[in-house]
Amino acid sequence: MNVELKNINKHFGKVHANKNINLTIPSGSLQGILGENGAGKSTLMKILSGFIHADSGSEIILDGKTVKMNSPADAIKYGIGMLHQDPLDFPPMKIIDNFLLGMPGGFFPNRKKAAQDFNALQKEYGFSLDPDDYVDSLTVGERQQLEIMRLLFLGVRLFILDEPTTGISAAQKEKLFATLRKFPEQAMTVIFVSHKLEDVENLCDRVAVLRAGELVGELTPPYQTKKFIELMFGKEVTLGERQSAPVGEPTLSLRNVSLEDARLKIKDINFEVREGEVIGLAGMEGSGQNLFMQACAGLVRPVGGKILLKGQDLSGKSYHVFKKRGVGFLPAARLEEALIPGLTLTDHFILAEEPRGIFIDHAAGRALTEERIQSFNIRGTPLTPVESLSGGNQQRAELALLQNPLSLILLEHPTRGLDIESVIYIWGKLKERCKQNASIIFMSSDLEEILQYSDRVLVFFSGKISQPLDARTTSVEELGELIGGKGWAEVGDEHA
Amino acid sequence: MLKNRFGGLLFQLIALALSFGVVSLILISIGASPTQAFQNMFRGSFGEIRKFAEVLVAFVPLLLVTAGLLVTFSAGLWNIGVEGQIVLGAIATTWVYRYFLESDLPPALIITFAILGGMIGGALWAALTGILKVFGGVNEIFGGLGLNFVATALTIYLIFGPWKRPGVASMSGTVPFPDEFSLPLLADLRISPWALGIALVAILIVFFLLQGTYFGLKLKAVGKNFRAAYLLGIPTWQYLMYSFLIGGALAGLAGAMQVAAVYHRLIPSISSGYGYLGLMVAMLINYQAIWAIPVALFFAALNIGSIQLPIVMKLDSSLAGVLQGTLVLFVLLMEGARQKLMKREQTT
Repeated sequence: MNVELKNINKHFGKVHANKNINLTIPSGSLQGILGENGAGKSTLMKILSGFIHADSGSEIILDGKTVKMNSPADAIKYGIGMLHQDPLDFPPMKIIDNFLLGMPGGFFPNRKKAAQDFNALQKEYGFSLDPDDYVDSLTVGERQQLEIMRLLFLGVRLFILDEPTTGISAAQKEKLFATLRKFPEQAMTVIFVSHKLEDVENLCDRVAVLRAGELVGELTPPYQTKKFIELMFGKEVTLGERQSAPVGEPTLSLRNVSLEDARLKIKDINFEVREGEVIGLAGMEGSGQNLFMQACAGLVRPVGGKILLKGQDLSGKSYHVFKKRGVGFLPAARLEEALIPGLTLTDHFILAEEPRGIFIDHAAGRALTEERIQSFNIRGTPLTPVESLSGGNQQRAELALLQNPLSLILLEHPTRGLDIESVIYIWGKLKERCKQNASIIFMSSDLEEILQYSDRVLVFFSGKISQPLDARTTSVEELGELIGGKGWAEVGDEHA
Repeated sequence: MLKNRFGGLLFQLIALALSFGVVSLILISIGASPTQAFQNMFRGSFGEIRKFAEVLVAFVPLLLVTAGLLVTFSAGLWNIGVEGQIVLGAIATTWVYRYFLESDLPPALIITFAILGGMIGGALWAALTGILKVFGGVNEIFGGLGLNFVATALTIYLIFGPWKRPGVASMSGTVPFPDEFSLPLLADLRISPWALGIALVAILIVFFLLQGTYFGLKLKAVGKNFRAAYLLGIPTWQYLMYSFLIGGALAGLAGAMQVAAVYHRLIPSISSGYGYLGLMVAMLINYQAIWAIPVALFFAALNIGSIQLPIVMKLDSSLAGVLQGTLVLFVLLMEGARQKLMKREQTT
């Protein structure tokens, strides 16, 4: 299937998520779409698969015909199917019933016939799933296989895969790639969305790179990693003079800490943060930095090792104990984790002060809020409900909620989606905290930001942590390669 | 216009009109006159002082239950178990009365103990739902619903078992308590000014608890965003338990009033559905404590007014329930419509 995207624009409120994207994908290609988190990849794919509408003026042309899609079901009618990062299947059901879902057909499903079709299709692609197994017994990779077969059976001619190599084994990845490489023979087109350089280089015969909502370049083999990184992360922008506070005593020490969640295992972390120091965590989303950060906040209990704050052993203690000892945590999901929709700014500041007594001192709360609004440059009134603030103002409000003093500040994407002035402003505020001896650990997908504001950088790649890199002597290219999973031999598997 | 308070009120008035319209259609379809029915209901509730006193008798437990539900709703909880909490309040009150039957203590003291006992009974029953939710991962709707059945069964067991009347047990309940155990009633009426006073004080306390205290603010924070409240340092599960305890205590108080001021004994249907009715009132007033008094009074009036219908018009008195139910549905529906229109206005 030949796909032409013409002048695709998409606004979310003020955010221009896709800017005038023009892209032609010839029939039978393995098209890679590369870009960092928030570059607009997902938006573009959602438009192409009927989940969201593009702004008017945008055009999607399939095999020469302009189409208009109102829903994913519409998209499937036109032969477009999307494989989501998290499989959209029904775990408590049998594989065969899952396969039958979304099939056109009468009221009574013909399971026997479906099982025959299913097995024929499996044979063709070399999969081996038992139709009578339950979906929740499958691995992520097997669920992908199931979903691919379901889409094939529905007659999909254009496959969109969103970060399909996250969370699957190397062998399953090889199988997936082998399957995808067969598609062009039948004039099927594949769009492979990823941030993993290696996978894209391996599989795709053409690559489009998105940055900040724009299509910034199209590449064909032979690929140069350097070129990719340059396109993905852009040229350097000036963020002002670097400044570092003098580094003092250790605040947080991790000793042989091992962490685990459903997807990742990180083993034997040894790391120390000192007063006034800023540590940047780089890596693609889900590479282990969230787990690391949550462990530092006391939100995740390490499966082994010790966490010490200012010499005191806090391993196994709850988040509230960490908080009382001076650890502040700022989650990235502002309206889901950091702020409480439905409550006003004043309500938030009153709550964050950990009030004692019974009756709310409204006057004091209001005065405090007005002062914070002023000093953090929040565009809102004390009675503004937080959900009606803009993203940047929500972020500043979150920052203003941090108690004073703190010994350790943990920030998830502190400046994501903010304009450059807000970024500089927020970091100005954070550096003030460093001068008061606070340590900061933050994660960001903006490498410039990481190199600009950290003293040392840790890079994460599928549960591995690099040695601490000195931010002054590390370049964006070096970071970019490590994040994409290259050059780990040199940095070593040694732990920070 | 959609956004402001006036807009909200307008949509609610439309909902009110719609629900009366639907009930009128039902009445017309069975050949009864809607105006006559509504007139009779009005007369049956406000027509004479005696009837209005009956309205107040129904108003007291309804208001207490609503007050308790406002606390649990603020914490984001669907306290369906409120019915059982009323029942346990009534059982505990009965138990205290029975315990002091032969005692020489002044009756006022015994009544006080009995009422406090009812509150504790309701609170503990609600705490069970809370424990099931917090430690057992059982959704409070299922936990509460299950415990409602247990509470009803327990009442029947007590009435026909350990607390049965001498001779033969009967559905009419346990042996009535002596007169001095009753909250004082107004002369010739069934309403106790004490009960009415307690209910009004309770709703006022809940209003100030939710509006003016740190406790109320934290409760709302927990209800609106559990995760963010935890990250802000609020002990979240403890607050869920507090809200269950307070909500349960108020429901238990309603049960205590039913025993101490209305029935003077334990009867099988002691909760009389006031728990479910209270849920409707709480939803109807969109969880704003300030509207609880007028709306609970209106619902109580509908209940009492409809008693007139079978006698005068040969209609079933469940008409009040139909009206209450459709009213809640239409208010929620209109609110949904308003939100949708607002969204549309924003995007265009």
